[in-house]
Amino acid sequence: MSTSDQRQSQTEPAAAAPGTGPTTAPGTGTLTFGLNTFGDIPADASGELISHAAALRAVLEEGVIADQTGVDVFAVGEHHREDFAISSPETLLAGIAARTERVRLASAVTVLSSDDPVRVYQRFATVDAISNGRAEVILGRGSFTESFPLFGYDMAHYEELFEEKLDLFVRLLDEEPVTWKGRHRPALTNASVFPTTEHEHGLPTWIGVGGSPQSVVRTARYGLPLMLAIIGGEPTRFAPYVDLYKRAATELGQQPQAVGMHSHGLIAETDEAALAQHFATYKTMMDRIGSQRGWPPLTKEAYLSEVRDGALYVGSPRTVAEKIARNVRALGVDRFDLIHTAGPISLEARRTAVELYGTQVIPMVREMLAESDGTARA
Amino acid sequence: MSGQAPATGSAGVPARIGIIGAGKVGTVLARLALGAGHEVLISGSGDPAKISLIISVLAPGARALTTAEVAREADLVILALPLSRLRTLPAEDLAGKVVIDAMNYWWETDGEDPQLAGPAASTSELVQAHLPGAQVVKAFNHMGYHDLDEKGRPAGHPERLAIALAGPAGAVEVASALVEEMGFDALPIGELREGVRLQPFSSAFGAATAAGPLRELIEGFGETERGREVLAALAEGETGA
Repeated sequence: MSTSDQRQSQTEPAAAAPGTGPTTAPGTGTLTFGLNTFGDIPADASGELISHAAALRAVLEEGVIADQTGVDVFAVGEHHREDFAISSPETLLAGIAARTERVRLASAVTVLSSDDPVRVYQRFATVDAISNGRAEVILGRGSFTESFPLFGYDMAHYEELFEEKLDLFVRLLDEEPVTWKGRHRPALTNASVFPTTEHEHGLPTWIGVGGSPQSVVRTARYGLPLMLAIIGGEPTRFAPYVDLYKRAATELGQQPQAVGMHSHGLIAETDEAALAQHFATYKTMMDRIGSQRGWPPLTKEAYLSEVRDGALYVGSPRTVAEKIARNVRALGVDRFDLIHTAGPISLEARRTAVELYGTQVIPMVREMLAESDGTARA
Repeated sequence: MSGQAPATGSAGVPARIGIIGAGKVGTVLARLALGAGHEVLISGSGDPAKISLIISVLAPGARALTTAEVAREADLVILALPLSRLRTLPAEDLAGKVVIDAMNYWWETDGEDPQLAGPAASTSELVQAHLPGAQVVKAFNHMGYHDLDEKGRPAGHPERLAIALAGPAGAVEVASALVEEMGFDALPIGELREGVRLQPFSSAFGAATAAGPLRELIEGFGETERGREVLAALAEGETGA
């Protein structure tokens, strides 16, 4: 479905229908590349954190640069914490939509459990209209839980809320009148939801999964594409999850869709510059989260080990491209998204990373994979 | 260990390992136990059919059963389910067995529970209280599941990491042998109550290090702010009791 859009055309808006488009076959050089951010609050030149409003404007500008430099997808993730400015992804995406032509605009993720599927659908359908069909929603449970008390949901229903709301959301993709009943949202009787989109089968929709095998199977059961959050450890550890997704889809009578992965990183002109800019700010973010979850502070040794063998993509364009190519090949995924912000990384460093990702890293990875593909066939 | 004289593998570890919980941690532990040559039984929260595909891909060779069947048929059982589901465990079926508690109180999964979140919470002792006939050992809880998955090494390997265990001596001996078979050095640290040194917010939580540095982290617990708070709260509880 949506992941194959850019293969058909690099310039026309995406218009593939979910569930019907061909999935991008691994190793065919038709990978999708995305950038993701949660709207971390950057530091200005003097090291002071800028305002939430300024942080949001910075993300908007980065979306514009991503569009100009050839990034396929720009995705923003919903959080409800002081350290992240984005709580309303589709409002920001609408702003980016008005200033861009080509880049697909996604959430990564929309915390469906604590939202109303009908409203989520309407808001994204609106972004889809503004952007000429470039909107995409990645639904997930999120790795934070602040939205539950904020919107009056009980954590005791964590699993059930997502299951039920996903069930409704998937029915909305038909864009036909819906009759539905659940426990956590008023029932719908022959209800129509507007606006409808210009896609044949509704909004391009993915499910974001953090590592729960049950969530992988659920995604396969709905026949939706899968986005794996690979935040720590050796990425190849997720290969069985890709296999599980494909086997589950086949056994459950669904066509396996695209599989993507997203991970943290930063690109600078040199490895040294990237490491120097990224470590301290990534540590600020991780230690802040760790202090709430009981993890010890991140050590430099553990960080460097993640950069070397794990889930972090930090370095020069070539270093990062080589690592992306290696893991994309090993996992057989169709999409790679880089989370280019973590903690108070400076605006300048972020902007450089966005530019280098689009202008250098993506072409290099495509070239590396095309070469290895050619070699494999020779 | 259990008095049922089950078939044993090396070092007295029973041949048949049960794992209750088929999520991230349970499937990793199942793979490690299979890799060590054990027969593995595993359960999720309901009908085994719900996890059979997951198990066939993520831990091929393990048998998916109900929790009651795993508790009954396995000779040693590892708990890898959300701590808040403790009350769903069949206590009678686990009586007489070594039960390894790999769980942590995780408010984001288990819901806010002031009792479990407080400094006086010793969660493996709560597990023992719920399973009075079992010999509960705390182990595997302090290491991240991806480290468990990736970093097992043969005995004597220079990069071999350690896993700390707390519990009664005989049961710890059996659990230690299993830890060693799975590719980690076993570091027994004392009775079950000492498990508070391995819980979230302790300096050993999340540790993926060799035995020496792990021992230092655990011994230094009382000198950390959290350690002082926890040990004081536990001492106060004892005085009050």
